[in-house]
Amino acid sequence: MIALLTRDLKLAMRAGGGFGLGLAFFLIVVTLVPFGVGPQSGLLSKIAPGILWLGALLACLLSLDRIFALDWEDGSLDLLATSPLPMEGIVTVKALAHWLTTGLPLVLAAPLFGLLLSLPPTGYAPLVLSLLLGTPALSVIGTFGAALTVGLKRGGLLLSLLVLPLYVPTLIFGAEMARRGVEGQDTTTPLLMLAGITCGTIALLPFASAAVLKVNLR
Amino acid sequence: MSLNSLWQYANPKKFIQTTEKVLPLFSVLAVVCLVVGLVWGFFFTPDDYRQGSTVKIIYLHVPSALMAINVWLMMLVTSLIWIVRRHHVSALAARAAAPIGAVMTVIALATGAIWGQPMWGTWWAWDPRLTSFLILFLFYLGYIALWEAIENDDTAADLTSILCLVGSVFALLSRYAVNFWNQGLHQGASLSLDKEENVADVFYFPLLVCIAGFVLLFVALVLLRTRTEIRARRMRALLARERMG
Repeated sequence: MIALLTRDLKLAMRAGGGFGLGLAFFLIVVTLVPFGVGPQSGLLSKIAPGILWLGALLACLLSLDRIFALDWEDGSLDLLATSPLPMEGIVTVKALAHWLTTGLPLVLAAPLFGLLLSLPPTGYAPLVLSLLLGTPALSVIGTFGAALTVGLKRGGLLLSLLVLPLYVPTLIFGAEMARRGVEGQDTTTPLLMLAGITCGTIALLPFASAAVLKVNLR
Repeated sequence: MSLNSLWQYANPKKFIQTTEKVLPLFSVLAVVCLVVGLVWGFFFTPDDYRQGSTVKIIYLHVPSALMAINVWLMMLVTSLIWIVRRHHVSALAARAAAPIGAVMTVIALATGAIWGQPMWGTWWAWDPRLTSFLILFLFYLGYIALWEAIENDDTAADLTSILCLVGSVFALLSRYAVNFWNQGLHQGASLSLDKEENVADVFYFPLLVCIAGFVLLFVALVLLRTRTEIRARRMRALLARERMG
């Protein structure tokens, strides 16, 4: 499993792996928003948590089809499937690798981008915490979507149609927590709900993803 | 397997034979119920003292909203049957039901908007019920799109049924999440089994007839569409055999 994880990480880091792509996309979203709604800092600081959450979500979505596509094309997915590692384990490692290369950089960069959107000082800790808790769920759910569409030629658009509705609960609680943090309210309830969703998806969804992947490899 | 078991209808031939007989019955009953319910509701019930005649949209709104949710439930059950027992008719029935469910969701949303404009003063509000219906519609779209995208029938049935299971969990989760996220504008349920919060009797009985009409219409449409799917698949098999020579 560790070998698979390091292999995936190396592939993502090297040229053409699209490692920085999600981050760059996140930056562009954050840059474009003030052009769309105007540069008043009052307005920006009000919508900043929502924009940052949406940007992170879209950046995650952008890199989903890479999770299985390359391995599917060169046949290494078939090799992985015949290896002694259970399919559930493979899927989990894939999701973990996706989170480490996409989710974690987004979490780390979020305070910097919050600065660009004039996020109030009280908002940083809840924002980072909510992203840290929420992005693993995004990766795991996304892995399920990627497994569903792996065999398809025009899977990209379908993938977003399938995955975005599944992202709704995570987005609601994540953005709610960040927003409450900005307004200085109590964040315990959304925090617990978000943590619950993340734990639940990590515990259960790999089984669904593995089942789907097995069907696709049949 | 005993002949009287439910599973005998899993045989496509038996299914076609049986539905041949019951389909006209369901269709006629659906039309009768809808005509009676709607005419009764639209022309022979009084206007509400506050809402005026706009209240009458309830005869379309409530049954379609009810069906929108229950169609998904039916798809969930048939998907489970496909996963566990692998009856093709079951998977095809789920496939046949999805577009009907999507249309029901649209009807519920549209009639709600038409009613909401004079009553709430807005076509749309980000109310939990409205929002969760919109999300349900997105789930329907994704489900249908996945069916369409995959060429191999069995693979498509497998993948969509798993999507239906996962989607059900997330749809339920979204329902409670949006409750948390925004306060409601939508009134509580107009119908329930304990009578205390129901609508007045004059509206209640035509509404029940309308609901029965929508259910029958749905059953008839699903049977019809499933028959079409079975025949289409049979035709494809025959054509493939022709080509093989």
